Amino acid sequence: MKHTISVLLTNKPGVLSRVTGLFSGRGFNIESLCVAETLEEGVSCLTLVTKGDENIVEQITKQLHKLIDVIKVTDISEKAFVEREMVLIRVKAESHTRAEVLRIIDIFRGKVVDVSPKSYAIEVTGAASKIDAFIDILRPIGIKEIVRTGIIAMARSKK
Amino acid sequence: MSKISGSKAIVKCLKEQGTTTIFGFPGGAVLDLYDAIFHSDLHHILVRHEQGAVHAADAFSRATGKVGVALLTSGPGATNGVTGIATAYMDSIPMVVLTGQVPTKLIGNDAFQEVDIVGITRPCTKHNYLVKSTEELVPTLREAFHIAKTGRPGPVLVDLPKDVVAGACHYPEEEEINMASYQPNYSPHNRQVEKACKLIMEAKRPVLYVGGGVILSGANKELTELAIKLNIPVTMTLMGLGAFPGTHELSMGMLGMHGTYTANMAVAECDLLIAVGARFDDRVTGKLDEFATKAKIIHIDIDPTSISKNVKVDVPIVADCKSALAAVNKLFDDEKTFSLTDEANKHLPWFETIHGWSEKHPLSYCREGDIIKPQYVVEMLDKLTGGNAIITTEVGQNQMWAAQFYRFNHPRRFITSGGLGTMGYGLPAAIGAQIAYPEKCVIDIAGDGSIQMNIQELATAKQYNCPVKIAILNNGFLGMVRQWQELFYDKRYSSTVMDISPDFVELAKAYGAVGLRATKTGEVESVIKEALATDGIVLMDFVVSPEEGVYPMVPAGKANTEMLLV
Ligand SMILES: Cc1ncc(C[n+]2csc(CCOP(=O)(O)OP(=O)(O)O)c2C)c(N)n1
Repeated sequence: MKHTISVLLTNKPGVLSRVTGLFSGRGFNIESLCVAETLEEGVSCLTLVTKGDENIVEQITKQLHKLIDVIKVTDISEKAFVEREMVLIRVKAESHTRAEVLRIIDIFRGKVVDVSPKSYAIEVTGAASKIDAFIDILRPIGIKEIVRTGIIAMARSKK
Repeated sequence: MSKISGSKAIVKCLKEQGTTTIFGFPGGAVLDLYDAIFHSDLHHILVRHEQGAVHAADAFSRATGKVGVALLTSGPGATNGVTGIATAYMDSIPMVVLTGQVPTKLIGNDAFQEVDIVGITRPCTKHNYLVKSTEELVPTLREAFHIAKTGRPGPVLVDLPKDVVAGACHYPEEEEINMASYQPNYSPHNRQVEKACKLIMEAKRPVLYVGGGVILSGANKELTELAIKLNIPVTMTLMGLGAFPGTHELSMGMLGMHGTYTANMAVAECDLLIAVGARFDDRVTGKLDEFATKAKIIHIDIDPTSISKNVKVDVPIVADCKSALAAVNKLFDDEKTFSLTDEANKHLPWFETIHGWSEKHPLSYCREGDIIKPQYVVEMLDKLTGGNAIITTEVGQNQMWAAQFYRFNHPRRFITSGGLGTMGYGLPAAIGAQIAYPEKCVIDIAGDGSIQMNIQELATAKQYNCPVKIAILNNGFLGMVRQWQELFYDKRYSSTVMDISPDFVELAKAYGAVGLRATKTGEVESVIKEALATDGIVLMDFVVSPEEGVYPMVPAGKANTEMLLV
């Protein structure tokens, strides 16, 4: 099963390689990984998506927690949560497809962020499944380049 | 307050942390530090190879419980130390390793003797640091000591760029270390302790399975109290030997691949396994699916990652072994609804079964007249030292025979590389232990292969008057590997024949030590006696039965009950 794990860590040099080294060294897999600073100075939040059965994910969270620079580990996917990913796609847009591309962008609430005579660069945000669907629909038209951010996630607050 | 040099600050901080002895080897990147050591009363032991420095510091720690300290220069000095660091890491030994580094502005430039030792040792240290400024030196060192010795202990490396050490800093006041991201939990959860006691009360066939964690946390008294109070038989891992008296009638000896028949049968048949400071390592469990299948399991360990890693556990207790066992003992003592004697008597039938196993298949070996049996040598060492020596070992058959036939009644007397199985560990380890206890008898039980991996440390022993004794069980083979080839590769002894070795007696002499040799069973006792009566270093070369095997043996991948016996 897929798990989205949120890790708070002290922002020290090499801390990211401690995390990735842990995954490679112990044979855990990382599907995506995002990291950036939080409000608190010197503390970063790392969101990673991994796959594995219950035992493996339990080991992953415990091993992460054991790293000296890690402050807190939460398996967000255990509870209700929101996840978002952003993608930038450069897609072919020639005179006969431009209108269709714009229509699709509209449906997915995307934005054109760069225009050239033969292509659009588009920004779309959403759950990973939405991004996948968007990519699938654009594929026949001709995707020239694609960059995804990886997933970030946040637990929903209790009602 | 006036400033002092980084190197002086380091020395001062080491002393503040209680370090009196360090093991090391100098080089360009640590010249400043060595100069500060020259002016201090720190006792520095100059080894002959950096691996030896780290092993010696590690054994110093294993023998005393203190944090061992090693000092290496940058580049090759640091990489030579890596095997030692990994050895300590696998056995959770508290250590601080200081390495020199090229000046900060050269880092990343492939400078002379530059190596990314922090990167290299990331997976084999508990934590490591590259110190970026002189002001950070002392706080970092304090943190390193704190991390090394608390929680599940382990080696911490501190990389020291030359300019950082050469700089000046204020020496900060010592204050309590409080790290938001590192707060090991020591005290057990009451509800878990209650659950554990309930399981113990219900058990008819309990077994205590004890690992190195008990020794590391100093919980041997609490453990012994529990075992004796409730009449629970005890088996120990290689790392746990000495946590419970080996000559006590409740001791079943070691379990696992080369464990006793009794211990492995008892674990297979028990209805409650109480694991304390052990981690269900593959050498202990054999085929996992068939390990302790009839038992409920209580697991006490300070490291949450050890719990339910290999084996599903019924009652986990994440805590320091000492406080957890003390809590269990207290609960039993305070309990008024039953009598402890009844509880202890309840296990008598189980004890009888166990007794039956040890009578049927005790640890044994076949005698062959004049040909020296390696097991006999270990038995004689045990007898002639009254079981009171500090024993270090190399790795292989020698290590297993030492574990089987020397009976350890006290913790911190058996010093061996368990998790990593590092050949070449025993001699530098003996030196480390001897430096810690100059008056005690320290013996390295060695193989003719392993001893050659760090034989150069004989010179270190000589230089510092360490009267270590070395007992080579010389079988002319890389014996343990040969044994596997004998059993599983049709005796194709591919590259395990060591028929060219130095004349160890002459070699000992060359190093200024005494060399003795025994080639017949009848000579063993007198050689050991002479060695023990000699003041300095003695190397004993026992020419033993070449194709002797270590038994019992659980073949890899088999269940522990499928032991090959003598
Ligand atoms: C550094 C290292 N290299 C290789 C091994 C693999 N190995 C394990 S036991 C052994 C044989 C050791 O031979 P010896 O020291 O003569 O001891 P014996 O088994 O004969 O007692 C070897 C090669 C090891 N454990 N460590």
